[in-house]
Amino acid sequence: MQALTNRIQHVDRKPLTFMERLYLPAILKGMMITFSHIFKKKPTINYPEVTRPFSPVFRGLQILNRDEEGRENCTACGLCAVACPAEAITMEAAERLPGEEHLYREEKYAAKYEINMLRCIFCGLCEEACPKDAIYLSETFTPADYQRKQFIYDKQDLLIPHPIEEPEAYKKALGNRAKPSAN
Amino acid sequence: MLLLLDVAMLLEKLVLITIVVMASLGIAMYTTFAERKVAAILQDRRGPNRAGPFGILQPLADGLKLFFKEEIIPNFSSKALFVLGPGLAMLTAIMASAVIPWGDKVHFFGRDISLQIADVNIGILYVFGVVSMGVYGIMIGSWASNNKFSLLGGLRAASQIISYELAMGIALIALLMVTGTLSLKEMVVQQQQGGWGGLLGWNIIKQPLGFFIFIICAFAECNRTPFDLPEAENELIGGYHTEYSSMKLGFYLFAEYINMFVSSVIMSTLFFGGYDMPFVNEAALSPNVAALVGIIALMGKVVFFLFLFMWVRWTIPRFRYDQLMHLGWRILLPLALFNMLLTGGIILYFNK
Repeated sequence: MQALTNRIQHVDRKPLTFMERLYLPAILKGMMITFSHIFKKKPTINYPEVTRPFSPVFRGLQILNRDEEGRENCTACGLCAVACPAEAITMEAAERLPGEEHLYREEKYAAKYEINMLRCIFCGLCEEACPKDAIYLSETFTPADYQRKQFIYDKQDLLIPHPIEEPEAYKKALGNRAKPSAN
Repeated sequence: MLLLLDVAMLLEKLVLITIVVMASLGIAMYTTFAERKVAAILQDRRGPNRAGPFGILQPLADGLKLFFKEEIIPNFSSKALFVLGPGLAMLTAIMASAVIPWGDKVHFFGRDISLQIADVNIGILYVFGVVSMGVYGIMIGSWASNNKFSLLGGLRAASQIISYELAMGIALIALLMVTGTLSLKEMVVQQQQGGWGGLLGWNIIKQPLGFFIFIICAFAECNRTPFDLPEAENELIGGYHTEYSSMKLGFYLFAEYINMFVSSVIMSTLFFGGYDMPFVNEAALSPNVAALVGIIALMGKVVFFLFLFMWVRWTIPRFRYDQLMHLGWRILLPLALFNMLLTGGIILYFNK
């Protein structure tokens, strides 16, 4: 028959030789192959103890920033919610009352701020949209929970720890890529 | 005086039996762990490493899980036999270790204690008898399950074990013609005398083909890959233990590992000098040290064979059933017969 292409590979259908029919050389060869795998490097890492290094632009869970006095940066302008392509962010604004200056940096603040982590696609557009340096994507990832509603993070889940009251937790939340002078 | 001696003897044997049974159970437990670890390493994985340091508590966790699972006895099974099956499998697996010489003898309380539960003069025949009983455990369990897949698995196990026992027995006859004894202890003592540190006395030198047939048959008898057709998951669900759960399933799995351990010990005893440590003159050491050296030597050989079992399991795929029977009846059996005739001929030629 005329070959249609020049890529045909002819299969060798010779009957097995005696050595091949013994199968033992093939078995020994196979066993040497599996044995050699003892010395191969294992691609698996011991996950919770060891983590893979992240790219410096890794985008994990969001975090709501505070300034150095511990006041919330967010002014509830809603730009992040507008920028969000997954519509994961909702917020409600409130006016700062006299005596609350130590809590909120701006005169208007987010009384309610929720991110649905099941909708979030971690694109980082909220971070880019924010004029007040209030929202950042951290290195934290893979939260696990038993209920879907636990994945709607409210403000308490998102806020970074207080830099003066909980300096160590704050340091930890900043991670290794915090700029020397945030905001 | 005689009575006192008997009591001491009884005590000594009881202690020995307890130690041997506990040791085989413990070793079987850790063989399951080793199997998972070896499988992981051969496949570039890490294996169980969460329970305890390096995962060494994993067998405990597995056993605990099996114990706490729900015990299910199917409605349509014949219940007494259903329970008898795993019990019989376990019993025969443990019983085979009775005639194995674990070491020469120890000297305690002014008495020489032989490290062998029973030095019967038909040692290897006893092992054969008990091991072939093991198929009843599988057969009864699979029949009592009243399930077609179980029954198929059981039938496969029965025909496979019977077919390979034949070749195994004939391979052994050639060995017995060389050693001239059935007692395992005698065989080890014979193998200790040989050139080049005792290595040349090992029966593997005299019977390489016999050992080769024996090890293939041992794989088949233990239902290990590539002969694990009785429990072929992708053909028969779980094979003969499809209907089993909880510790009854655990007994079946455990019996397999004890069988592996026992056949490793038998292979080392028959062909690799048993408790004979090469290049060490046991007679020059004090009896207790010599016994310790002997046990270490035996365990070293056993560990090698257990590794071999696992290594083969994760290398060679399963046979098709007709290939299995072809190998057993048309290759191994004639080969074993040829080996027997050859051995007999050589012995006759040199003895004339």
